[in-house]
Amino acid sequence: MKNFDFKETFLNPIFKGNPISVLVLGICSSLAVTVELKGACVMGLSVMIVTAMSSLICSLLRNTIPNRIRIIVQLVVVALMVILVDQVLKAYAYSVSKTLSVYIGLIITNCIVMGRIEAYALGNKPFASFMDGLGNGVGYALILIIVAFFRELLGSGTLFGFDVLNRFGYVPNGLMILPPMALILLGCIIWVQRSIQKDLQEK
Amino acid sequence: MADYISLFVKSIFIDNMIFAYFLGMCSYLAVSKNVKTANGLGIAVIAVLLITLPINYLLNEYVLKPDALVEGLDLSFLSFIIFIAVIAAIVQIVEMVVEKFAPALYSQLGIFLPLIAVNCAILGGSLFMQERDFVSVGEPVVYALGSGIGWWLAIVALAAIREKMAYSHVPAGLKGLGITFITVGLMGIAFMTFMGIQL
Repeated sequence: MKNFDFKETFLNPIFKGNPISVLVLGICSSLAVTVELKGACVMGLSVMIVTAMSSLICSLLRNTIPNRIRIIVQLVVVALMVILVDQVLKAYAYSVSKTLSVYIGLIITNCIVMGRIEAYALGNKPFASFMDGLGNGVGYALILIIVAFFRELLGSGTLFGFDVLNRFGYVPNGLMILPPMALILLGCIIWVQRSIQKDLQEK
Repeated sequence: MADYISLFVKSIFIDNMIFAYFLGMCSYLAVSKNVKTANGLGIAVIAVLLITLPINYLLNEYVLKPDALVEGLDLSFLSFIIFIAVIAAIVQIVEMVVEKFAPALYSQLGIFLPLIAVNCAILGGSLFMQERDFVSVGEPVVYALGSGIGWWLAIVALAAIREKMAYSHVPAGLKGLGITFITVGLMGIAFMTFMGIQL
């Protein structure tokens, strides 16, 4: 059990192999929820739980799943986790679940989840897979939160709904709330990251 | 009839899958390096959306909705798993049919078809359909056609821009992915101008 580097498995996906900014996986359902920090945090948390738990389950099942139907099995496991998360949100945080609308359901087709199961969980021990899934979820949440931070701060002058900039006479910039700005901000995050880690730059 | 036209135009331009909802981003970024393959994937998305949306609509209407199948039975919590299963099955069937009857098309679309099963735009279409409460089966068909065409339009346009961009000088850190995101963002702002259209 000690033959994997715990720290490496967990930390690598957060910075060096970040699922969004480096691997470009799972952007689909993510950016639309970055208008407010609250939604982004809930979405990040949901994805974290889904990736970690479905990696764990698939890793436990890895020796019993026939290779030919593995995609279907993975989809069912992921869908199951997403249904659980969705039902919990509906029960305990109804207003948030309303704002996230279809995007919780879209975690099923989020490529990070399937990608990590396919690339890591099917060939590794359950605990290592769990950490890998968790790390990827955290990396994903991190980008969501950075984007949401700037969009909410500049777009409505608030953070988590609390007034931050408006009291100093800041006029909210409505452009930041529109969907295209999420893409442009993400482009800028990638720019910053690649300027620091030169080895990631594309030719 | 007027509602249909309005829904159609709205789903292409205003509620564009890519620019307004970021659906299907992964394949959108990965397959938009040249116009020809982008075109193939776009057409495949239109076709799969057109088949899966009405089927999922009927399933939702007659099986999943509260009291639809049996009085007092609410199966709506199963909708995610049913929708994704229908999509995976349809993609498989479409692949087999196309391979049998149109081998030329199959060799063109071949690699994209399995990819489409996990394309968020398809599942997203079904989930939006469920949220919008369409009243007849005609509406999801029009909605599927419109959003499919919107997706196709977006990917072909981005591919054309990226082909041209290969010759420009982009800062090292922005090359590839970074500049693509910013381009998509600018295209999105351009699409925002359609927002005021009322039909």
